[in-house]
Amino acid sequence: MTAPILEIRDLCVSYGKVEALHHINLKVEAGKIVTVIGPNGAGKTTLLSAIMGLLPSKGEIEFQGEVQRDIEVEHLVAMGMTLVPEKRALFGEMSVEDNLLLGAFQRYRHGARDQAQTMAQVFATFPRLKERRSQLAGTLSGGERQMLAVGRALMAKPKLLMLDEPSLGLAPLIVREIFHIIADLKQTGVAILLVEQNARAALQIADTGYVLETGSVALEGDSRQLADDPRVVETYLGLGGIRY
Amino acid sequence: MDSQIALLLAQDGVVNGAIYALLALALVLVFAVTRVIFIPQGEFVAYGALTLAAFQAGKTPGTVWLLLGAGVLVALIDTVMAVRTGSLNRLKRIVLWDLVLPVAVAGLVLWLEPAGLPLMVQVALSLAVVVPLGPMIYRLAYQPLAEASVLVLLIVSVAVHLALVGLGLLFFGAEGSRTTPFSEAQFALGTLTVNGQTLWVLGASAVLIVALYAFFGRTLYGKALRATAINRVGARLMGISTTMAGRLSFTLAAGIGALSGILIAPITTVYYDTGFLVGLKGFVAAIIAGLVSYPLAAAGAILVGLLEAFSSFWASAFKEVIVFTLIIPVLVWRSLTAHHVEEEE
Repeated sequence: MTAPILEIRDLCVSYGKVEALHHINLKVEAGKIVTVIGPNGAGKTTLLSAIMGLLPSKGEIEFQGEVQRDIEVEHLVAMGMTLVPEKRALFGEMSVEDNLLLGAFQRYRHGARDQAQTMAQVFATFPRLKERRSQLAGTLSGGERQMLAVGRALMAKPKLLMLDEPSLGLAPLIVREIFHIIADLKQTGVAILLVEQNARAALQIADTGYVLETGSVALEGDSRQLADDPRVVETYLGLGGIRY
Repeated sequence: MDSQIALLLAQDGVVNGAIYALLALALVLVFAVTRVIFIPQGEFVAYGALTLAAFQAGKTPGTVWLLLGAGVLVALIDTVMAVRTGSLNRLKRIVLWDLVLPVAVAGLVLWLEPAGLPLMVQVALSLAVVVPLGPMIYRLAYQPLAEASVLVLLIVSVAVHLALVGLGLLFFGAEGSRTTPFSEAQFALGTLTVNGQTLWVLGASAVLIVALYAFFGRTLYGKALRATAINRVGARLMGISTTMAGRLSFTLAAGIGALSGILIAPITTVYYDTGFLVGLKGFVAAIIAGLVSYPLAAAGAILVGLLEAFSSFWASAFKEVIVFTLIIPVLVWRSLTAHHVEEEE
């Protein structure tokens, strides 16, 4: 068993007086894909935002064996954590290439000058981005935007890649392509925390899974076992087995 | 009005317009990156001009003491914050930028006796005194409120403006100053006489605009500022901190402001409160551009300059009134054509 790259203990997040996440415990091991599935409003996005330091939280977040006290987004990015948010947050009026370059900003700031090499790797993963390299990000299709968002995150050479609903709003064929790529990314050694509503696709590529319901972890375990769990099948996978 | 007067007025308008263009660009930059409507921009114009004038008069400008004071204050606050959060690795930067730099600049000013030095050295010293005030003011006044609404930030801007104007009166007194021109040369262009300072203003503005264009288009830091302006959260997720972007844009704005002041100081008499009016005209140009478009802001600035020059000929008493009235039709047109965008939460 490898040491966890991310371990969350007793994490609580509140919006004003309303507590949105209650005492979450979660672990991501190096080189593994962990998925968090659950319905709308369960707190999946809130969870990722809190880990990334975009939202204040209580509890302990340990990243690479270090408990993060003064959680600052910029600091976590420099340490190797990166988040692809649900809204992608691309720089629409800038070119695909510039978007990718900015993905490496934190490393550039700390003296790295291997952007061209990293970009070549990203282009190898997403050939479509290479074709569109000088196009403005705002003119890309939905699937290409998602690819750019993931590619931009990879430019930071992350140790932990967090993906918030990468399948959201995409056509089934594109979803399949994106999930293939995510599964392939695992080979590069990056740990992935994948938040998804598309439970079937997520459980297929993940090693372990968590089911989040109304701000608490309802179920957790090996993703294959979760996929067979009757409660998961009934609520998230559907009996008829709609294929994605 | 004959053609010669018209040409003369046009020349005046374009020269002033170039300065307004620089200020408008700085205003658009600061607003896009930090959402701050940077009213104190004008004070940097006055501080730049009057610091240079003080050097030439053989006096030590008060801005030197302001730089030292602000530096100590920023260093104190940042040190307390760094100790509280346990990030002691920041101390080196704090000491370097907030203590060593101001002390070095002040030492240089006191030791060199700038009055006898070449003009370009005086200009460089003036910039060295005034420009670091930009990021320091950002740190003191705006950074703690970085997430506040545009309105709150505007109120802070008014306060900073009033404080800086007051300090300007204290430092430089109520009398205006002029500095020696960069060049005494005069050129005849047909019937029109163009003097060297005019060319300096136009040339320097053009160089600065091209430099800004290259900075935003070619360097990763420039792109990072644009990214912050486009999508703040996205930029933070790339590790582009809002604080760094804010300090950088305030440094640029302070530099543009101070340089503008230094450029106009030989043409017009600058008083401690002149900056406000100059800055406000840059602001009119920035409004014409909706506070977002750089080329429109520059074009608007030239328009403001020309309007000012010609109205000073026909109705000099109403010169300012006419220029500032321009903002009303522009606002009406903008509010009719623009889609209302909810302020980002």
